[in-house]
Amino acid sequence: MKIAVCVKQVPDSWAEKKMGADGLLDRASVDSVLNDLDEYAVEEALKLVEAHSPTNEAGEGSGHTITLICMGPEKATEAVRKALSMGADDAIVITDPALAGSDALATSRVLAKAIKDGGFDLVICGTESTDARMSVIPAMLAERLGFAQLTFAGSLKLEGSNISIARQTEFGVEQMSAPMPAVISVVEKINEPRYPSFKGIMAAKKKTITTKSLADLGIDAQSAWSKVNDSALRPPRGAGVKIVDEGEAGKKLVEFLRERKLV
Amino acid sequence: MSNVLILVDHIGGVVPRAVGELATFGKRIGSVTAVICSSESASLIPQLSSFSIDKVIVCEGVEFEKYSVGATAQALQQVVAKESPRAVLITSSARGKEIAGRLAVRCDFGLITDAIDVSAEVIATQSVFGGSTTVHSSISHGVPIVTLRSNSVDVQIGNTAPVIENLSVSYDGVDKAVVTSLEPAVKGGRPELTEASIVVSGGRGTDGNFAPVEEIADLLGAAVGASRAATDAGWYPHSNQVGQTGKTVSPQLYVACGISGAIQHRAGMQTSKTIVAINKDSDAPIFDVTDFGVVGDLFAVLPQAIGALKAD
Repeated sequence: MKIAVCVKQVPDSWAEKKMGADGLLDRASVDSVLNDLDEYAVEEALKLVEAHSPTNEAGEGSGHTITLICMGPEKATEAVRKALSMGADDAIVITDPALAGSDALATSRVLAKAIKDGGFDLVICGTESTDARMSVIPAMLAERLGFAQLTFAGSLKLEGSNISIARQTEFGVEQMSAPMPAVISVVEKINEPRYPSFKGIMAAKKKTITTKSLADLGIDAQSAWSKVNDSALRPPRGAGVKIVDEGEAGKKLVEFLRERKLV
Repeated sequence: MSNVLILVDHIGGVVPRAVGELATFGKRIGSVTAVICSSESASLIPQLSSFSIDKVIVCEGVEFEKYSVGATAQALQQVVAKESPRAVLITSSARGKEIAGRLAVRCDFGLITDAIDVSAEVIATQSVFGGSTTVHSSISHGVPIVTLRSNSVDVQIGNTAPVIENLSVSYDGVDKAVVTSLEPAVKGGRPELTEASIVVSGGRGTDGNFAPVEEIADLLGAAVGASRAATDAGWYPHSNQVGQTGKTVSPQLYVACGISGAIQHRAGMQTSKTIVAINKDSDAPIFDVTDFGVVGDLFAVLPQAIGALKAD
């Protein structure tokens, strides 16, 4: 089984983010990290391989491979290295100056091409990146690749070539299943991502990261079809009323809600 | 006059208020055509009567019975080809965004998600980076597809008698995944988190006791939310988590009970119109964004507020 895990390098989710003058996220002024939510995808791929490996381990001898697919600037290899140290086998980083400012359509097009070329059975993603937060890439990949779409998985099971998931939606808890190939996105409650071990970190230094340009992938650049016209910092919320409870705060709270006609 | 398509989504046969919001936004741009992709359209059409809708296009089919984002995108593509709309508006739910994403790929149209406003010129307003920045965006290729967050606009009541049109659409079995079983959500009479006009949330300060949070929520007709600390502790379901990695809500009123207000939580709620917080720690960052803050014990303040509300 060949598994691809899509990962992204994002600004540290604890850092304050702002827009640059070019209408794009200012990535230079903040630390970059592996998107938190992608760690769950890497972990789930590892668990899947471990459960179906004769050695109960990922890596050589398992009969399966986990390849990270990442699109981003050259330094995105740092984030990829972290996912490799968790236990993924190798990585493809698509980096090209022409990709700067790509939107979800352009990104999914590039990722889909790399996945198609690699002949993967399974694509696992986090639910969203913590910077753009659109949450549309998994569905776009399923559409482009013609794979089954199993998104927002809270649990995952592989039997033969059939994948089944459970997911929580506005309708309730749904059990879904599909034959491979499939695109899966996993929610954060699905597992507890492992910390890279010292051994894992050392091993990751020797793992292969293949860097590809758009020309290597054999596709042209496609410009973003959505653009930011202008942006502004939201004015800080005016300092509100703050009271210390001296026995009447519950009543005062209700008075406030009545004044604002909220009750 | 230009024409706007809005997608009528429904939860268990009930059309959410958000569809009325799409119609209200759509009316700014042109005449509104609502698209129903369903196996039970007959029960949905009457629910549209109070919205500003000029025409309804019905794509009836069993394909839509279950999990069918692919089939819905495929149907919409065919409606778009027929109607040549100025824009396509879809609710910014998880499902709505997946349909929008697939439609964008199929048609090669630009996509903007999570907008909180859209103008007559189809310029979308988004609130990004946890609500700290407001952005105006537009589409430079194809028909703009815009998904809009619930609770973004007051629904304009219409009295039009829309023309109903049936459209037969074709599919190629794009949905390869099937729903094998569904355990319906236990409703408990509470509104959906992202749809609710009032949300009451509990955090670490509840110490696992959500009873007063739920009681005041039910008095206010509110949805119940929880911070990540509360869901990670197993006190409340993950599906109710508000914040960066949970749901983003923007209700008329947000009441944070025993929530310190870490940036991750604020990212999911700070565009709420009015914010009220109760917290023991007067230095809690939640007080930086509140309109009315109470430094106190929620187990004293909430019961008193509940009593005052019941005294009506």
